[in-house]
Amino acid sequence: MKYLLLVCTDGEPFDVDPAELNPDAWVNEMDGRGIRVMGDRLRPPSDATTVRVRNGETLITDGPFVETKEFVGGFDILDCADLDEAIEVASKHPMAKVGMLELRPFWPL
Amino acid sequence: MKPVGELIAELYADEWGRITSSVIRLTGDWDLAEECAQDAFAKALERWPVDGVPPRPGGWLYTTARNRAIDRLRRAQNEKSKLAQVAAEVELAPTVAEVGSVIPDDRLELMFACCHPALTTEAQVALTLRTLAGLDTAQIARALLVTEKTMSQRLVRAKNKVRHAGIPFRVPPEHLLPERLNAVLAVLYLLFNEGYSASRGNDLVRADLTGEAIRLTRLLVGFMPDEPEARGLLALMLLHDARSLTRVDDAGEFTPLESQDRSHWQRGQIDEAVSILDDAARRRRAGPYQLQAAIAACHATAASTEDTDWPQIALLYKELGRLTPNPVVELNRAVAVAMASGPEAGLEIIAALEAADSLSGYHLLAATKADLLRRAGRLAAAADAYRLAIDQAGTAPERRYLERRLATLA
Repeated sequence: MKYLLLVCTDGEPFDVDPAELNPDAWVNEMDGRGIRVMGDRLRPPSDATTVRVRNGETLITDGPFVETKEFVGGFDILDCADLDEAIEVASKHPMAKVGMLELRPFWPL
Repeated sequence: MKPVGELIAELYADEWGRITSSVIRLTGDWDLAEECAQDAFAKALERWPVDGVPPRPGGWLYTTARNRAIDRLRRAQNEKSKLAQVAAEVELAPTVAEVGSVIPDDRLELMFACCHPALTTEAQVALTLRTLAGLDTAQIARALLVTEKTMSQRLVRAKNKVRHAGIPFRVPPEHLLPERLNAVLAVLYLLFNEGYSASRGNDLVRADLTGEAIRLTRLLVGFMPDEPEARGLLALMLLHDARSLTRVDDAGEFTPLESQDRSHWQRGQIDEAVSILDDAARRRRAGPYQLQAAIAACHATAASTEDTDWPQIALLYKELGRLTPNPVVELNRAVAVAMASGPEAGLEIIAALEAADSLSGYHLLAATKADLLRRAGRLAAAADAYRLAIDQAGTAPERRYLERRLATLA
């Protein structure tokens, strides 16, 4: 099963050594296990652009769709046997210690 | 011979969960499993009175349900992936006539799936009652005091989550087992408590839920005989249940432990619980359920309030509080200490609880304080505490009981 792992933070500064939040080891492990399909960090919401088409007109606004304190700072696509494996993988992500990880199952067409 | 209807009702309790769990194992479809289990029982009610009861009624029900599931999936031609899965299974599947004495039993897997931590506690309880115990939506709604519509939505949402999120249908691996088993035990205990003391309304006892909880916990102990906490929980339920008839008098009024007629306690069930608890204790892995059961056993095996081993109970509460720090445990310890060493010693613990402000608004804190003040002869302060407890009490029988207590002070 495929899951989108959303790496979320509440925007507060972290009180841990930045080295502890380096995801390289996690990425290597999950790539090696054939679980991580891809993933990346995301620029902050201030760099976001929101696009809508209404009545044939394209509306473009600066910033995110919803303004919240919490935001998605990165993501990974995981291919896991089931939710238990996805939970195990998420709980090993270094950001789990300071942020929140949301697992969203894919909705296959 | 038993009437067929009665036999089917008896089979229902055990076979429902067995059928749903094995059809889920076969198809991965929870709704289909329920529908097929329902169909199988309906068919039995229709056919058995005419054709006679088959030699292996459980096997008949299982095979009927399973064949129905395969049939339903075959007809759903467009769902190709499911069909492929079933096609592989069908080649191995015996026909009705061939079914032997071995009916697959995946109820333990089903328990862990129903109680998966990715589901809310409410969803865990609802799924357990529906899929494992076979209560219908209306029954569950009544038992849990919500509307049928709410319960129906809750079940749909829970089953969708199971399916869409990939909640596994299996017994968790060793490293997850302690945590996941605790989740299962917590749901079973919650179920029991829902039945044992209704948090709202006028019914103090909803026996159907306590009965289901005991039955499912027995099943769990059978599946996992080496888990002392599962045994501890079973012993705890049996001990509480053995006294349930005396908790409420003929007029529906709440009766405290000290005034209960101990000759009406179910002796055989208490003996069974004590032996289950002894067996658990031999495994030397104490836990919160075993400790609570040990406390309940001290009460259940004492001839009277005075004969109760209060120092032992106070010690058990202390150990319980160490394992699971909780102000309610501390409140109970205050009662035991008061019985062992006098009301003032208990009031000291109550004062500490009040200072910590962790139980403010909880009527049993005020009620316990009132009792201890009364025993200490401080009647005016006791009356104030009873009045506060009456204001805070949640059910009518509890309020009436406290009002009677208050009246005896005058």
